[in-house]
Amino acid sequence: MDKIKSEYAVEVAELVKVFDKKKAVDGISFTIRTGTICGLLGPNGAGKTTTINMLATLLKPDAGTAKIFGYDVTKETQKVRQLIGLTGQYATIDESLTAMENLKIFARLLGFSRTDAKRKAEELLEEFSLTEAANRKVSMFSGGMRRRLDLAASLLASPPLIFLDEPTTGLDPRTRAQMWQTIRTLVKNGSTILLTTQYLDEADQLADDIVVINKGKVVAHDTPAGLKRSVSASSLQLTVKNPDCAPKAAQITERVLGGKAQVSEAAEVTIPLADTAKLADVLVKLKEMEIDIAAINVREPSLDEVFFALTGDKKEAV
Amino acid sequence: MTNTAIIPAHKRDLKNHVGFGTAVKNTFTFTYRALLKVAHNPESLLDVTLMPILFTLMFTYLFGGAISGDITSYLPIIIPGILIQTCVTSCGNAGSQLREDIDKSVFNRFKSMPIARISPLAGVLTADLLRYAIAGAVVFTVGAAIGYRPGFLNVIACIGFMMFVGWCLSWLFAFVALTAKSVSSASIYGMLIMFPLTFLSNAHVPTETMPKAVRYFAEYINPVSKAITAAHEILGNGAISTDFWLALIGSLAIFIVFVPLTLWAYKRNA
Repeated sequence: MDKIKSEYAVEVAELVKVFDKKKAVDGISFTIRTGTICGLLGPNGAGKTTTINMLATLLKPDAGTAKIFGYDVTKETQKVRQLIGLTGQYATIDESLTAMENLKIFARLLGFSRTDAKRKAEELLEEFSLTEAANRKVSMFSGGMRRRLDLAASLLASPPLIFLDEPTTGLDPRTRAQMWQTIRTLVKNGSTILLTTQYLDEADQLADDIVVINKGKVVAHDTPAGLKRSVSASSLQLTVKNPDCAPKAAQITERVLGGKAQVSEAAEVTIPLADTAKLADVLVKLKEMEIDIAAINVREPSLDEVFFALTGDKKEAV
Repeated sequence: MTNTAIIPAHKRDLKNHVGFGTAVKNTFTFTYRALLKVAHNPESLLDVTLMPILFTLMFTYLFGGAISGDITSYLPIIIPGILIQTCVTSCGNAGSQLREDIDKSVFNRFKSMPIARISPLAGVLTADLLRYAIAGAVVFTVGAAIGYRPGFLNVIACIGFMMFVGWCLSWLFAFVALTAKSVSSASIYGMLIMFPLTFLSNAHVPTETMPKAVRYFAEYINPVSKAITAAHEILGNGAISTDFWLALIGSLAIFIVFVPLTLWAYKRNA
C-alpha cells in the first residue's frame, strides 16, 4: 500500500451537488493543509453543510473530486471513514440513550473491546466534564452538553481530520469559549479541523484559513487578516428624511467617499467608510444639496458587510 | 483535555473494505442498541403485547360463534391467524421504525463510520426477533387462558417458524419504508401492504365463502395464508406440510431479493 505523506488533509476540486435541479454546491475548490483549522464561512443555505456531508462520505458528489489525506471520498470511502470524525449541526447522538451508552456503542462499532470501550468512554466523559451526566438520557441534556458529547463521540477514534458543523451555534458565550479551547487543543495534538460557522469572529478566533462560500460558490479564500482587509474598516449608514432623495444621497456619498453605496427599501444608504475624517465632507455636501438626514450611523464591519463586499448581494446575507 | 498525539494519516493502516466478521460484530452492536432502546422505552412493545391480546379476545368472541358455532372450535382457526397477523403487523411497524431511526441525525454519524453498511439495518431488524417472540408468547398465553392448548413443543416450533418468517418479511417493509418520501408515508405504504396480506387470507375466516377472485388470492397467492396454514398444521398435529415449505421458501425469496434492495435504498445518496 502506498503511504505517501499528504501535505493536504483536504483537497476539493470543482465539487458539485445538485438537489432538485438546484445547485447546492456549485464547483467548489479549496485545500486545507494538514494540522491547520479551516473555517468554512457562509450564510444559511450557502452550501456549507452539503460540502461537509460530501467530505464526510454522507453524500455523493455529482461532479468534481474530494480527497481526504489523498484518499478519494467516492473511491476509497471506507479508508476516508477511518480518518474522519463528524460533529454535525444537529448533534449526531442518540437522544433516547444515555451519554455512556452512546459512547460505548460508537466505540464498539469502531472495534474497541467491551472493556476498552467502557474505559475510553469514561475517559472522554471526564475530559468533557460529563461524568456526572454519564447515565442520563441525552434528551435531558442542554445544548452545550450535547455539543460536548457529540464532539467526544467524534474523538473516540482519535481521527486526524475532524469536521465540526456549526459547533457553537446556539451556545452561550462561556460554553462557546470552552468549545474554542477544546478545538485549539485538538489541533495542538495534531488534528486538522474543518469547521463551518456563520460567525465571522469565530472564524477569526480559530481559523488559519477562511473559505467564504455563498450560493454554493467560493467567494473568498484567505487568512482572517486578509479577509478583513478586503472588507472596509467600517461603514456609514444614513437615513434620509425624504425617501425620494435616497438615490441622490447615495450619489453624493459615492462621490465623496469613493465606494459603492447601497440603497435599501427603507431609504437607508450604506457605504464603506475608510476614512472617518471624510464624514464631515459628506454631511456638508448633503446640506448643500438640501437633503435632510433622519439618522446617521457609523458601524464596524459585520458578517453582513463581508458578504455584502464579497457577493454584492445584501439580501443574501444573514 | 489530555494531550494524546494523533496518529497522522500516512502512518495508519487503512482498509477499503469491511470483513464479514466485522459486519457480524457491527450487526450485533446495532441489535444491542435497538434492545437498549426498547429497555428505555418499554411502551414500544405495546404492539406485540396489548395488541395481540386485544385482537385475540376481540376476534374470538366476535366471530367465534358465527364462524365455527362456538368459541372453542374457532380457536384453532383464529390463534394461528392472529399469530401471523401480529407478526406481519409488527414487520410493518419495524419498517417505519427503522425509517424513523435512520432519519435521525445520529445516523449521519453511523454513515460516516468505518462500519459494514448493512449492519445498522440488519441489527435493527434482528432485534425485532425479540418482538416476534414476545408476540408469540402473548398470543399463546391468551389462547391458553381461553381454552386453546396445543402441545408445548408445537407452540415453540410455531413461534420459531413465525420469527423466521417475520425476520425475512421485515426486509420487504424496510425497503418500502426506506424508499418512501417520509416516515408517515412509509407507515401508510406499510399498512397498504399489511392489510390485504393479513385480511385477504385465511387468518380470520375460512376462505370458502369469499368471492372467487378473493378466494383465489387468499388460498393460492397470498404467502401469509401459506404461513397461517403451516402454523395451523404445526399446532394441530405437528405436521410439516407443503404449505410450510412454500412459506419458508417464499420468505427466503423475499429475504434474498430485498436485502440488496434495502441496502441499495439505504446507500442511495452516499
